[in-house]
Amino acid sequence: MSALQAVSASSGAAGHSIEFRNVSIRFNSFDAVSGVSLRIQPGEFVCLIGPSGCGKSTLLSAAAGFLGTRGDAPGAVEGEVLVNGERVRGPDISRGVVFQSSEALFPWRTVRENVAFGPRIRGVRGGELRDLIDYYIALVGLDHAADRFPSQLSGGMRQRVQLARVLANQPRVILMDEPLGALDAQTRSVMQREIERLWQETQCTMVFVTHDLDEAIKLGDRVVTMTAGPGAGIKSIYDIKLERPRDETTPAAIELHRALRDDVAEEVLKTLRSQRR
Amino acid sequence: MTMEVNRTYPVNGPKAWYQRWWAVQPVRSTVIFALSLAIGLVVWQLISIKYGVYFFPSPSETWIAFKELAQDGSLATSTIDSARRILVGWGLGLVVGIPIGLVMGRFGFVRQLLDPYIEFFRFVPPISFVTLAIIWFGVGEASKVVLIFYTSVFIVTISTIAGVLAVDPLKVRAAASLGAGPLRTMFLVIIPASIPEIVTGARLAMGNSFLTIVSAEIVAAQHGLGALIWKSRNYGRTEWVFVGIITLGILGFLFDRIIRVAVRRGLARYVNHG
Repeated sequence: MSALQAVSASSGAAGHSIEFRNVSIRFNSFDAVSGVSLRIQPGEFVCLIGPSGCGKSTLLSAAAGFLGTRGDAPGAVEGEVLVNGERVRGPDISRGVVFQSSEALFPWRTVRENVAFGPRIRGVRGGELRDLIDYYIALVGLDHAADRFPSQLSGGMRQRVQLARVLANQPRVILMDEPLGALDAQTRSVMQREIERLWQETQCTMVFVTHDLDEAIKLGDRVVTMTAGPGAGIKSIYDIKLERPRDETTPAAIELHRALRDDVAEEVLKTLRSQRR
Repeated sequence: MTMEVNRTYPVNGPKAWYQRWWAVQPVRSTVIFALSLAIGLVVWQLISIKYGVYFFPSPSETWIAFKELAQDGSLATSTIDSARRILVGWGLGLVVGIPIGLVMGRFGFVRQLLDPYIEFFRFVPPISFVTLAIIWFGVGEASKVVLIFYTSVFIVTISTIAGVLAVDPLKVRAAASLGAGPLRTMFLVIIPASIPEIVTGARLAMGNSFLTIVSAEIVAAQHGLGALIWKSRNYGRTEWVFVGIITLGILGFLFDRIIRVAVRRGLARYVNHG
């Protein structure tokens, strides 16, 4: 029991701040993102929303450290991305990433072995490792499926594995790239609650990319809408002051939904018009 | 209540014994296999009746030759010698081909550097190297093993490269953000994810090895199935050639089965997902 308390205590560490300072990202001749500045507070839940191809995922990759840092390489980050005040130079276990596709899981490993991936590399062994894995598998509600392979799980369960695998490294920031994008509406709704609960328990900073306006309103402390690419930037930032757990059917939520919808629709139309030209 | 009884369909009634047996998968496949074998033997017999023993020995003449060669021990030694050459050459092909494929798949620079040679030599058949192999490696075992190695290594390398290139970049990114450096990424992600293609390469290489063994044993092999086939020509014993060919076929089938069972037992989790 004491081991579990130690585990949960250490995971309760506060999240890290993230700061984009005048960030531009260019792939060969294509401007994915240009001139984005955004400060995300420690422990904050920020949702990024915008038309397809607007560079939401690119921004997330920059924070994850997947993009190069050399100025001339394609996809290199110009400007600065700072996490906890330090410049991002590559991927790090303090910044967990949850992907939309369950291709990110290791299909030759069971749930337990997937979750053990990070901790084993960190050198956690034996009983401590077992307790840690059990704790995080239970935290995402997969105790009954711990020894199954990803191919034996539903879409929602696979995303739970991704979450547990990231949480087992006790990150300070979790970056989620449309993690619920491939799920059906019912599972989505359940998973949104789960993610909110895990965020409250771990106090991580969350950056959540989504297409779903209601999802963004339900989860975000702030919702950031982006302009259409090429050269995408931040369009507007909404402070969501609704009480948690949120209900997307209240008048206030619906009003927000309208505002966000108009915002995004404007950008989608802009893209369509530029394509027609 | 009696309505339920009236709804019984005749299909669900008792079946004849042969229907019950036919429903058992192993029985069915054994029967079909036996049938296939029987048809083959009949066709073989018919052709041999038309042409005679020198041109086309019959099944029974081949069987007598088989017993002859088995009794004087030359069939066993030939089979063992060929099997050993194949296993050693093929094994070396894996040991060299897999690491080269992994490095070529992972590093575009190395891939571009070695690609012209791979693309060149994979079209040059091993038989064209027989003379060179003997000049360079002598008339002993080495030249045969080298030829089997040559026929294995390219296909294993190419399959491994294909496996590495097919690894979803998401897996590599996920591993990196979970703390894996380049070496761990290689051993914990790239290699396990590439195993299906590597296994395919190994099986194709085994097939190639069997295609090559006969030419490898053309010159200066005392024993071996290839040597047996070539020597039979000198004695005009066509039925020995048949024995050699059949033994090669059975041995190849057996080796492929062994690989498949070994993969299913030992590598199931790497191969059977998705």
